[in-house]
Amino acid sequence: MSGTGLSPAAGGYSEKRPGRADAGRPPAASKAAAGVWALGSTLLKVVALALFAFLLFGPLANLVLWSVAERWYAPFKLPVSYGLKYWEVVFRPTGDAMASLATSVGIACLTVVVALAVSVPAGYALARLRLPWRTALMILFLLPQAFPSVAIYINVARVFYGLGLTGTIPGVVLVHAAHGLVYSVWIAAAAFAAVDRDLELAARNIGASPLRTFFTITLPLAAPGIMASAIFVFLESLDEFTGTFFVGVPQVTTLPLLLYNASMGGNYQIASITALILLVPSVLFMIVIERFLKADVLSKVGQ
Amino acid sequence: MARPSLFGLLLIAPALAMIGVLFLYPLGFSLASAFTGPDGAPSLESFRKAYELYSTDILFTLFIVIVSTALTGLFSIAIAGILTLSETPWLVAVLRSLYRWPLFIPFIVAAQCMRTFLAKNGLMNNTFVALGLMEPIQATSLLDWRGIIVTFVWKQVPFVTLMLAGAMASIDRATVEAGRNLGASRLRVLIELVLPQVAQTLLVGLVLSFVTMLSVLSVPMMVAGSQPTMLTVDMAFRINSYGDYATANALGVISYVIAGTVAWIYLRHNVKREVQA
Repeated sequence: MSGTGLSPAAGGYSEKRPGRADAGRPPAASKAAAGVWALGSTLLKVVALALFAFLLFGPLANLVLWSVAERWYAPFKLPVSYGLKYWEVVFRPTGDAMASLATSVGIACLTVVVALAVSVPAGYALARLRLPWRTALMILFLLPQAFPSVAIYINVARVFYGLGLTGTIPGVVLVHAAHGLVYSVWIAAAAFAAVDRDLELAARNIGASPLRTFFTITLPLAAPGIMASAIFVFLESLDEFTGTFFVGVPQVTTLPLLLYNASMGGNYQIASITALILLVPSVLFMIVIERFLKADVLSKVGQ
Repeated sequence: MARPSLFGLLLIAPALAMIGVLFLYPLGFSLASAFTGPDGAPSLESFRKAYELYSTDILFTLFIVIVSTALTGLFSIAIAGILTLSETPWLVAVLRSLYRWPLFIPFIVAAQCMRTFLAKNGLMNNTFVALGLMEPIQATSLLDWRGIIVTFVWKQVPFVTLMLAGAMASIDRATVEAGRNLGASRLRVLIELVLPQVAQTLLVGLVLSFVTMLSVLSVPMMVAGSQPTMLTVDMAFRINSYGDYATANALGVISYVIAGTVAWIYLRHNVKREVQA
């Protein structure tokens, strides 16, 4: 497809060539004009970047302001009085927030364990071994993400109710793990696919068993990608609201649920502080994710 | 070599079992419930009811998700394109350090941010007023369909951009250099040389974004509480207020059809690619 698109395009470029050569080397007389042009272009870039940054960080800045606003009402553009009163309320050891945080992190860790336990073997099989209907299997793992989850969760809640899993941690963990499976399986498959097959063959040639080859060559080389998939699953679980909303209530309260209740109850301070707590792992992982998710792995995701 | 590996099937079995129990079974449950009348006989009654009560919301949901996906695609291409092709190093460096911030921000946090940012007295309007760009009287709340779209795009652009910029970085630079040397503008190189090579990655990113946005419950609930609303909110409402599983599941089936159509487009594209390869 790209081949047919290229040839006429390449013909078009050569015709334009003289024009660009002129623009690239302006004669001395128009040097001043070129300077103004360059300044204008730089200014435009700065303004565009500033607007971009405002739209990017504005919502977050508003969140931070609310978290330290003790009183803030219209028509005041900024909080009427600042303070850390609500932080104290949230971080009180007996407060709901600390309990919700512990619940959230515990559920996320268990979810990672469950998801990796099933997706590392599955990812290896999808990347390296011959499977019938491979594409169909890949799509199957996409389905829990592809299908509107609310419709699934209301029925999972119904099934779990019969099994006594509604309102329990294992119930919520299972729901989160199934939801995160597309990330863990697809990224694990891409990570295994990115491992150089020659290295495995070399190990086999010098007499390593298939199992030993897997654990000393394939798995360590795929580890950064698998780590990235674990991070995705952890964050998905921490972020997960809908599943917990239907399966976990009323006994299991994670941070997103606490945030939702506070926000809908009009308590923007508690909601904003909870939101900020939820942001910490997100930002941390955003900083480290590039280390784990390499371009060669990314280009193989979903293939 | 050509015969399927039994070992492979064994390795993938636990993951498949999990999908079966936690996804396929509830899915069958919801289909059965949607197509069953109150008397237990097969019926389309709940679809009639869903259409009667929520036809506006179905269109509204489609509108929101399609517009958000299109905007996400446009912004992602623009940012990834600048990152790959720009010849201004400081611009690339600043943009690279900026664009990723919302990437892992949970939807519910994004919703809470926007709930305050886009309000009539929110930081956005206040800043525009303070800069003299807007009269206080012109300030309007964006907490309706616009708010939902803004939140979705804000949240999804970094995700698609990350995938796209990664794919663009791994394409052969020689074609880009060749295009540039032949005098093509950067926009033309982006559209005619770079995009066709990363189209698959872009499609995967947009399909994932589309279905994700279709499934989000927190954003429409928190950012826009008014009518019309998205199907997810309607489903939650049918269950929590009436215990009406039949209508909720009928709405669910309608969302499945929307998601299924997108999955079908993706599959068809994939098959076409494999035939060509």
